[in-house]
This record gives sequence, C-alpha cells and structure tokens, in this order.
Amino acid sequence: MMETMRTATGETALLASVRDLSVVFPARRGKPPVTAVDRVSFDIGPGRTLGLVGQSGSGKTTTGRAVLQLQKVHSGSVRLLGEELIGMPSARLRRMRRHMQFVLQNPYSSLHPRMTIAQTLAEPLRVHRSVPANRIRERVAELLELVSMDPAVMQRYPHEFSGGQRQRIVIARALAVNPDFVVCDEPVSALDVRTQAQIVALLQSLQEKLGLSYLFIAHDLAIVREVSHDVAVMFNGRIVEHGSVAQVYDSPGHPYTQMLLDAVPIPDPAIQRQRLRAAPPDLDFARPEEDGSCRFGEDHRRTGTPPFHVGGDGHGVSCRSWPLT
Amino acid sequence: MSDTVHNTAHNNDKEASRPEAVAPRRLPFTSGQVLLVLGLVMLALMAVVTIFAPLIAPYDPALTSASSLAAPSAEHLLGTDSIGRDVLSRLIVGGRTTLLITSVAVFLALAAGLVLGLLSGYVGGIVDDVIMRVLDVIFAFPVFLLAIAVVAGLGPSVPNLILTIAIVYTPAMARVVRGPVLSVKQWDHVEAARSIGMSELRIVLRHVLPMVVSPIVVATSLTLAQTIFTITALSFLGLGPPPPDPNWGGMLAEARQFMELAPLTVIAPAGAIVFATLTFIVLANGLREVLDVGSVR
Repeated sequence: MMETMRTATGETALLASVRDLSVVFPARRGKPPVTAVDRVSFDIGPGRTLGLVGQSGSGKTTTGRAVLQLQKVHSGSVRLLGEELIGMPSARLRRMRRHMQFVLQNPYSSLHPRMTIAQTLAEPLRVHRSVPANRIRERVAELLELVSMDPAVMQRYPHEFSGGQRQRIVIARALAVNPDFVVCDEPVSALDVRTQAQIVALLQSLQEKLGLSYLFIAHDLAIVREVSHDVAVMFNGRIVEHGSVAQVYDSPGHPYTQMLLDAVPIPDPAIQRQRLRAAPPDLDFARPEEDGSCRFGEDHRRTGTPPFHVGGDGHGVSCRSWPLT
Repeated sequence: MSDTVHNTAHNNDKEASRPEAVAPRRLPFTSGQVLLVLGLVMLALMAVVTIFAPLIAPYDPALTSASSLAAPSAEHLLGTDSIGRDVLSRLIVGGRTTLLITSVAVFLALAAGLVLGLLSGYVGGIVDDVIMRVLDVIFAFPVFLLAIAVVAGLGPSVPNLILTIAIVYTPAMARVVRGPVLSVKQWDHVEAARSIGMSELRIVLRHVLPMVVSPIVVATSLTLAQTIFTITALSFLGLGPPPPDPNWGGMLAEARQFMELAPLTVIAPAGAIVFATLTFIVLANGLREVLDVGSVR
C-alpha cells in the first residue's frame, strides 16, 4: 500500500502544499526586520515524509510553526486537504487542527506538569468532541497502546516518566484526533541515542499503520535519511535543495548540502582524526542581499522564473546562497 | 495537599543536577510547614472570634458605664475607655469591621488584578501597554496618599473604603499575575495546547492559570497584611468607617489622648492590629516556602 502511494504522488494526491511561505519578524529596537523564512515551497503527499534539514537558525522550526499557523505568516499559501489555512477564521482553523498535529522537540516541557497522562490525552478528544464523553477513557487506553505503552499508567503525572516515554505520550496526544498530517519538530533530538531509534521506529510504524504524512524537522542527517522520502535543505530561511532522499544524499547539487554532508562525523577514529586536523571548510555563503547573478547562467529577471532550478527528475537546486568565491 | 507534594517532587526532578544538601539530622517538618501551620492556627482563631463576635463579646460595644478609663478588672478584662465602654467587647466587635473591609477589598483587588494581569500578560502588545500604563499611574502614587485622596473625595463609608483599598492594591496584584504569565505563555505545553485546537480562553484557564496560582496566593496573603495596616491607619486619621461602630484604628485614635491614664486602651487595639497583620505575614511566608514560589520561573 505504501508503495502505490509513493508512486502516485501526482498533483491531485497532495495532502499539504506550501507555496512561497515567508515569515518576517518585525523590526525591534533599531534592529532591522528579520526574514526567518523566505519564500519556501514544498508539497507533501499522503503517507509521505518530507525531511527538513539545516543548521540551527536556518528557519526549520519557524517553517513548521508557520505551516501549522502557530506563527504569523508574512505572505504565501499553505493548503491542507485543499483548504487554504492562511487567513482562515480562527474558529474554522481550530476545527482544521484536528487534521494537523504537532510533536514538539522537548518532551519535558511539552506536557502540562500538573495534569495526568489521561487528562493530557483526553484534552484533544474533548476539544474536538471526536469521542463521546463516556468513551474517552477507552480511547485514551487505545492511544497508549498505539504508542506501545501500558494503559495502566494513565493516572500518573509526566514527571514519573523518562524522556522517551514522555515523547511517546506527546505522540499519542498528537494522534488522538486521527490527524492526516503531523509536524515533528526535532522529535528525537532531546533523547538519548537508543531512545531515538525507538521513537523513530515508532513514528515509522505509525505512518504505515495510519497512513500519516510527516514534516520531519531535524538537524541529524542520518535520522532524516532513515525516515524521509523527500528532503529539503534549508539555509538562511530558504530551501536551497529539494529532492528525493537518494538525490539529495547521493548527488547533492548545492554546496551547502555538500558541506552539511561533509560535516557528518565518520565512525572511524583514524579518518575522523585526519579530517579534524585539516582546517574546516570555511565557506562564506552569500547572504540574501549579496546574491549576485544566477549560478547556472540564467537571467531570472528576464525569464521570470524563481531562482530554483528543478530538473526533470524533480531534484531542485537553488542558484542562491552559494559560496562567495 | 497532594498537589503540593506533587509540585515539590516535580521541582526536585527538574533540578536533579543540583547537588543535594545532605542534612545529618532531618527535622520532622520544614520551617515553611511550621510557619504555615502557625499562620493557619492564628487565622482560624481570628476567624472564629470575628464570626462569633456578638456571642463572644461580654458587653454591647456601644454600652457606656459609669466607670470611664477603668483599669482591668474581673468585670472589664481590658478595662474601659474614656466614656466607659468595655475595651474587650469593642476590640472583638471592632475586628469585624476591619477584617470585613480588608477581606472584601483584597478579594476585589485580586479579582481585578487577575483579570487585568492575565489579559495584559497573555494577550500582550497594545493591550499590555495600555493596561500596564494605566496601572502604573495608580502605582506611582504612594498607597496611603491615594487612599486618603479617594476616601476624602468619596466620603468615609464602608463601601467607599472597600472600593478605595481595592483600587489601590489592584496594580500590585496585576503585576504579580502578569509576570509569571509572561513566561508561562511561552512554555511548550501552552503551544501544544494551541496546536491541538484549544480555544484561547480554555488555554488560559487550563494551562496558564494553574501555573501561576502559587505566587498569587502568597501575594494575596501579603496584601491582606498591608491592607489591615492601611485600613487601621485610615481609621486612625478619621477616614475609617463612621463612628458608632467600633474599629481598631478608630479606637486607637480615641484612646490616644488618654494614653498615660489608661495605657491598655491603646495597647489593646494596637496589639490586635499587630496580631492580624502578623497572621497574614506568617501565612504568606509559610505558603511561600511550602509552595516553592521561588522556583516558578
């Protein structure tokens, strides 16, 4: 079933579609306004995962929050299930939220410390009235089983659980209302390595079971490669490269992607030591205002195309933010 | 109580990295618990006396007798005042007026401060600016001066006094609420609640308010202590509840000129004021330690 979905990612089958999304943080005390997300576009099909990678401050998290309308959007379009979310009246948007959910990075702070697990998991059910009141308990137990936890723990408080268990609870809360689309913002980076693997496996099995689509935000390239079908690389608020996992990881087209891949440590002490001894690549990437002409020799002002070059295979590379030679 | 226990456990969990002070001997109670119990006992005593004042008071507080400024005796345990009224009875009944004004006024200030503080802290932006600047104007006046001005303007009566005290203490309460709300609203579980699709009102009531209760409880207790002081001071200056009803500040004012002749007429109301103020300060300190307010970021 997954395979047929993977091949059938036509225009009609899109679940989420983001076009030219920009987020601008207003000027503050003499500092100029900051464009945190700059005309970002991507599509996510049903049952698919788009990995969003980039270094800290590249705008990954802001993009995720903007897609979920938790962040004021400057311009652009976000369509989910064919409905435009930007500018949607807040009451309707709240109802739409049952289709899109959020798994936050830090499982220690994203659960209300004074609410039991049952109360936390019942909240989305009550808000969306998706389950009659007398069946809430049943549904909560079902959710805990879905994330491989013992339903008997539902009367406990978050502080009684480990990070991995809490993240399972956070995932269960996100799945409570049967969403179609889940934004996972660094869902495993606050966890230890073994727990990371368990949570990743859980997210993958839930995708197969429930046909979920993920926007998977992370800085760990190995994990993104593991969970994603497509990858978008972000730098300075822009997507600089976008393609399938194989395209981006095996034949990166943008020097920034190349640099990210080169920065991954190699688990061989001899090679790694040698690499560290060599001076780190000190690439000075162009800031938006310093961008010169197109790297591929196209005059975008004349042709009117965006500065993003998509090949026939769907592998897109930006001609911006290249290193200043 | 279970909530308190849970809260402490949670904070310990959070600060697990902090080196644990290893006490060689553990006291059965923390100093906070002792203070809290002491405060509650004092409060209960005061509440009982106030509620059952007419039954407890040995005489009618307005009843004059032939012996004025009498020394303490079996008949009049705290003596009599300048026109022969029983000091003890006036003390007991006078507490009613003082404490009634105090509690109603602080409750009003708390309610107004809660609404304004939540609105200001949670909504932010222009709403925050407008509310806080208006409250700053009130805050800028010395409490006492402002109280005198309002009472003098409206005239001294019990409702006016309540209103005055409520207005004067609202800015402080609003600030106490606003501070923690500013940080709590950025916590992840608030964002998680929003992403679930919860309405803003419900987020405030379920996810923000419960996290700021502790500092509010402590501040309320301290405000009660201050208010008793303010009320009695206003009464002392003749701006308190009008005369026939006894009140502590008024008793002090009346007895002041006979201080050398009958020191107890001054000492008794002064002692009552100190006791009431102390009750709420002890209570506030006990609550502060038990609720671990310092750890609310």
